[in-house]
Amino acid sequence: MLDLIVLLIFMIAAGIVAVEIKDLLASVIALGAVGFAVAIGFIMLAAPDLAIVQIVIEVLSVVFFVAVILKTTHVDSAAGRPYKPADIFTFVVFGVFALAFVYFGIRLFAGLAPMSRELGQVASHYLTQGLAETGAVNRVTSVVLDYRALDTLGETTVLFTAVIGVLAVLRLEGRRK
Amino acid sequence: MIILVASLILFLVGLYAIITKRNMIKIAVGFSLMEYSVNFLFAIVGFRPGAVPPILQAVEVGKVYSDPLPQALVLTAIVIGLGVTAFMLSLILRIYNRIGSFDLEEIQRLKG
Repeated sequence: MLDLIVLLIFMIAAGIVAVEIKDLLASVIALGAVGFAVAIGFIMLAAPDLAIVQIVIEVLSVVFFVAVILKTTHVDSAAGRPYKPADIFTFVVFGVFALAFVYFGIRLFAGLAPMSRELGQVASHYLTQGLAETGAVNRVTSVVLDYRALDTLGETTVLFTAVIGVLAVLRLEGRRK
Repeated sequence: MIILVASLILFLVGLYAIITKRNMIKIAVGFSLMEYSVNFLFAIVGFRPGAVPPILQAVEVGKVYSDPLPQALVLTAIVIGLGVTAFMLSLILRIYNRIGSFDLEEIQRLKG
């Protein structure tokens, strides 16, 4: 419990650094720190499958960010500009929204009784009948690849569409030339 | 309770970047932060005290497993998040090549 709190404080601090620092490369590296802290947190939360996927995805996403920044510039030219009255209004609205968000979040989680609840009907069915019905020792695998395989098919469709989109956007020569 | 609220605060840090920053890379960073915080929140909700990973053990007496359902759904969400980030970055790169700046105000001024 305490180690998770320390980890979350580290994640929030690294997140604030990533948002506020002027150098974009440093910002992306701080984002990578948050991502790897999330992977460590998944291991603490007894979710090794998520930790493995998170490490792979985090490496790829930092590589994408760094590739874009190396091709362009790493100076945040918008930082340090004086604020206009409209920006002050934005800050006030965001502050009010943040307070309301945290308040309703606390009320929601109070009903949730975190970390001590019984498993739901579906989850306990997966846990007790998973081996007999799917033959998978890992229950997460049995959910991803058997019970909710259509969901995984949708996921690969989204990923494929994203790859097609990236290729279409980054194609240098249009058809006109 | 504290860790649930702390991941909400991480979400708010990402939202702050999206709302107030004028640099497109910072906005993409904010998107990623929000995504991480929501994934982490789901993993926390699926955890129970003293739980072991939901993988079948040889000796199965008195084991408490963490909930496999949120883990499987978050697995999907993480991968989709990478697709969203990659597409966002490719759009940002295209805009930079055309405008020569990450600044949103610059882009608005050059419109049309």
